[in-house]
Amino acid sequence: MKASVIVFPGSNCDRDAAVALEAASGLAPSMVWHGDSELPASDLIVLPGGFSYGDYLRSGAMAAHSPVMREVVARARGGTPVLGICNGFQVLTEAGLLPGVLMRNATLKFICRDVLLRVERNDTGFTRRYAQGEVVRFALANKDGGYFAEEATLDRLEGEGRIAFRYCDETGEISAAANPNGSRRNIAGLYNENGTVLGLMPHPERLADPALGGTDGAKMFLSLVETLH
Amino acid sequence: MKARITITLKPGVLDPQGKAIAGALHALGFDSVGDVRQGKYIEIEVAESDPSRARAEIERICEQLLANTIIENYAYELEAA
Repeated sequence: MKASVIVFPGSNCDRDAAVALEAASGLAPSMVWHGDSELPASDLIVLPGGFSYGDYLRSGAMAAHSPVMREVVARARGGTPVLGICNGFQVLTEAGLLPGVLMRNATLKFICRDVLLRVERNDTGFTRRYAQGEVVRFALANKDGGYFAEEATLDRLEGEGRIAFRYCDETGEISAAANPNGSRRNIAGLYNENGTVLGLMPHPERLADPALGGTDGAKMFLSLVETLH
Repeated sequence: MKARITITLKPGVLDPQGKAIAGALHALGFDSVGDVRQGKYIEIEVAESDPSRARAEIERICEQLLANTIIENYAYELEAA
């Protein structure tokens, strides 16, 4: 699996993503600068976490219009899998590849702690190594992580099976108490129409090695390797 | 021409920053303060002297970048620069 990690000014999880990708695939990803309009042939494109353009205007708004994103959007529409983590999820919504928007956390606080998520689907290229309904622990680290979309859009997304992960408790129960940031319907991650674009706020790459305190995130990268070889 | 643009959250969209400001104003003793909503204000000069063309340009700018119309409304006033 040959991956490309897009690096924006202000990205700060690009290297973490690269380490997790290389650990799973044995191949170092290409690091692609945001100002490049050329993107190497890629089986997977990763938009990493961070604070692209200092979160000016809105998180992800500037990065969504950077030169390389035109090519990322074109590849995504052509079926190339794209994984957007944290700021990458924000960029995906601002670029129109995923619906809705990530808003300021309802608590107004920057939240930096592990969270539990329920795997809503294990039939996509991102999640085949997980069990359906499995509770996993990823690391949340953001201030603009509250997922918002209109009620009609949320109903449609649920109907189409587009919800990838939801914030849950130890038993997999979806509750207000398990919702760290006011996300509508506890949504932590979302797919596009055909399940090839995934955006999620918590970081799988930060818990992808025993030395980091957990390995639940590694299964996402192993799933991708299994899917994309 | 110059555009003075205000961007506000749509009614019904939770504005925790507005709520925090309201809480701080109440703590300062401003008991008359009710709902508070926070937005953005942006000034843009465009090299365009025809008002209708300037309006069209500003609206494209707001739609494409300045406002996320899922959660935000925008309004603007034009004046000669």
